Amino acid sequence: MKYAYFPGCSLHSTGREYDSSFRAVCRGLGIELAEVKDWVCCGSTSARAISWRLALALPLKNVAEAEKQGLNQLIAPCAACFSRLKFALHEIGKNPRLREEMENVVEHRFGDGLHVNHPLAVLSSQDWLGHIASMGGEKLHGLKVVCYYGCLLTRPPQVTGFDDCEKPRSMDRLLGALGASVLDWGHRTDCCGASFALTRTDIVRKLSHDILERAREAGAEAIAVACPRCQLNLDSRQKEIEKEYGTGYNLPVFYFTQLMGVALRVPARELMLDRHFVDPRRALEKVGVK
Amino acid sequence: MIICSRGDDVLEFEQLEDEDVEEEALPRIRVAQRPARTLAPRGAQAEWQVPAAVSQFADLLERTSAVDINVCNQCGKCASGCPVAYAMDYTPVQLLDAVRLGLKDLVLGSATIWLCASCETCATRCPQDVDIAGAMDSLKAIALRGGVKPRVPEVASFYSSSLQNIGLFGRMYQLGVIAQLKLATRQFAKDLDLGAQMLRKGKLSLLPDFASMGRTRRLVSRTKKLERV
Repeated sequence: MKYAYFPGCSLHSTGREYDSSFRAVCRGLGIELAEVKDWVCCGSTSARAISWRLALALPLKNVAEAEKQGLNQLIAPCAACFSRLKFALHEIGKNPRLREEMENVVEHRFGDGLHVNHPLAVLSSQDWLGHIASMGGEKLHGLKVVCYYGCLLTRPPQVTGFDDCEKPRSMDRLLGALGASVLDWGHRTDCCGASFALTRTDIVRKLSHDILERAREAGAEAIAVACPRCQLNLDSRQKEIEKEYGTGYNLPVFYFTQLMGVALRVPARELMLDRHFVDPRRALEKVGVK
Repeated sequence: MIICSRGDDVLEFEQLEDEDVEEEALPRIRVAQRPARTLAPRGAQAEWQVPAAVSQFADLLERTSAVDINVCNQCGKCASGCPVAYAMDYTPVQLLDAVRLGLKDLVLGSATIWLCASCETCATRCPQDVDIAGAMDSLKAIALRGGVKPRVPEVASFYSSSLQNIGLFGRMYQLGVIAQLKLATRQFAKDLDLGAQMLRKGKLSLLPDFASMGRTRRLVSRTKKLERV
């Protein structure tokens, strides 16, 4: 299977380990990725706050580029990019006048078939799950982990068309298939504060604290995520949160692709675990990774 | 003109004129004439006196982003699920009500529109399928275009710095956004230690990614042209 690959800005900077581990996992599974040529930023939360049309035009520019490459399946690991791409296609899908307007803006006539996928949806599907389980064995056995999906993968469901919007389980299935003890908890889709990290850090600290607190209550030794912003907020701000609330979590925050990579024996330099703020070694030693 | 009193102050609100509103091709259910009443923000002493009037502001919102808030039935699900409601001056359900009442200055001057984290919980749970997060976006855009001073200026600066950055480089150059934000907010000491650690870990690049430099420029100017009309 060949996918047009849209990494987005975060996977080229703050979340480079997500990009690297995802590519390595795909290579191991025989999934071919063709990076969208000359891709541009999806606009994220900033474009939508300033111009509704620009917030559609930016992701659609990337859709146009993928179509020009002759691909009709696109894969976007960043939850925000995935959401913006899905939103844009959803909006032009229900409004022919807007579609025409956008075709003029991005100077491309859209085909009908481009589908935007999230890696979790692809990899947790029946097609892949059995294969991944047999390749990875029970390598993650003993790792107590909660799966944190964040906001934009599942919401709103009519746009994302992904998993259960209140209680998603795709990541649970995937890591469970690799032997991890996936714990049930109630904060799978709660917001971490997202892009307020640079401005209203107080909000990020409060919301991320609630998530860390619930994860610890559930008995987790690690958190698995699928969004570079969630990862950064929960990981890089964890020390500040511990200080503010007078507590200690020491909970490593992995991209689910890094944990898959551990199970599929991806070389450590491609997993880039040294880029984390909270040391993940203790959690990994439990599953026999030095 | 609507006159509102807030404590001892008397505030004047300008109602949108009828000619500002285009005739809709399709008939829609409209909010009927309401009795005069008061609207009190949570935890505040003030009360806004709302006279009987039908909002044209809701129509402006719909023309800006295709979000129709007239179907809101004020159930309050958006407010109860909102993770940031605790920090807002008006809860989302109150703000939608205020839009419908035509309280343009209250809405555009609120902290609520800037504190929406775009988490989409409200839009997901709304029984009337109102894209509330989308409405918050459009209200921000209307406020900025109308020259209304943002109640949470640092958030507004972040959005505009990021967008300028994307317009220039095509892809986000995080260090550039951070520098611009620091200049705008004058909070030079904020997160210096964390920033240094991120640089050391290679999480922030010193230089922008030039691969898509300028590739959004045409797109940005074409979109702007569309929105001017």
